[in-house]
Amino acid sequence: MGMPRTYIRPMGSWWRRLPFYRRYMVREATCIAVIAYALVLLVGLWRLTQGREAFDAWRVALATPASLLAHGVLLAAFVFHAWTWFEVMPKTLPILRVGGKRVADATIVRSGAAAAVVASVLLLALAYGGWR
Amino acid sequence: MSAEQRITIECLRYHPEQDDAPRWQSYEVPYTPDMSLLQGLQYIKDHLDGTLTFRWSCRMAICGSCGAMVNSVPSLSCQTFLRELAPGPVRVEPLAHFPIQRDLAIDQGDFLNKLESVKPWIIPAEPRMLADGPNRQTPQQIDDYYQYAECINCLLCYAACPQYGLNGTFTGPAALALLHRYNADSRDAGTAERMEVINAEDGVWGCTLVGYCSEVCPKGVDPARAINQNKINSTKDYFLRFLAPRR
Repeated sequence: MGMPRTYIRPMGSWWRRLPFYRRYMVREATCIAVIAYALVLLVGLWRLTQGREAFDAWRVALATPASLLAHGVLLAAFVFHAWTWFEVMPKTLPILRVGGKRVADATIVRSGAAAAVVASVLLLALAYGGWR
Repeated sequence: MSAEQRITIECLRYHPEQDDAPRWQSYEVPYTPDMSLLQGLQYIKDHLDGTLTFRWSCRMAICGSCGAMVNSVPSLSCQTFLRELAPGPVRVEPLAHFPIQRDLAIDQGDFLNKLESVKPWIIPAEPRMLADGPNRQTPQQIDDYYQYAECINCLLCYAACPQYGLNGTFTGPAALALLHRYNADSRDAGTAERMEVINAEDGVWGCTLVGYCSEVCPKGVDPARAINQNKINSTKDYFLRFLAPRR
């Protein structure tokens, strides 16, 4: 007797099936924002090599309304990217124990997010101090 | 009983001898607040349509037989209550990503082969005899693997994993979680034997940490954690060879 014929369902548009999958796709898509901003900074570096005038022109371009709007969108994408990155971080770590007790996932997520906030504030303070 | 309540259960039907593709069929089922979806399916089979095929056994979330997609969410039908799904209709499909054998029954053959490939048993460093007595562990050593030992092979995690749906050769959540269950066990010395499965293209690297496997597990197993911890182990295994030659 042969095996009965089975039916394999198609996977088209699988990410639309559940909100969980859509959130995952957005999470992964925010890496495009990271690449985009890396390119913006690289262009700045390249303009810097061309001299002061070129660099100032780049800074003027950054201050246009369209650029500020883009920065707002990119910042939102970065915040979501960073938060979801820390959200899955506990799953990527070996078991952490302090004094024989397991460190809770929420503690790892919050510590990571807090470290990112502190690092960002420090960087901003340094940049602001250097600029003046 | 108060006024009888009714709910519509829509089942995906597929009988290979007559259907080219699955089709939906609706049933009106009377229910009480204590009735599970599994009991609803049993009502259909007993009173409305004896040809409906589905698997079940224990009715208490321990055998892992009655998994199905309930409104697109992988669920154990014995653990899902009709009152939670009211007013309906409820859409019940066989577990996603697996070939449909008949109605709600899927072909688990692929998983069983993968389960065997991870050697889900303790491989001791030295053969042990009964006379050696119990192989003791500290509470912390048990804590290292215990949640993974709770797996009941219900396959909800595979139905939750789009990577498995897109690439059927991916070893997948439950098999890799059980692999980790034995590697993380202090009595086991089989890690080197299982490393090939971990390191393979279809091993842990087939996972992109969607993470839904861990959300749907009815036993609190966290396959995404087992898999992603082993990405670290796989990376170490790859780079350490340059420092210390393998035995």
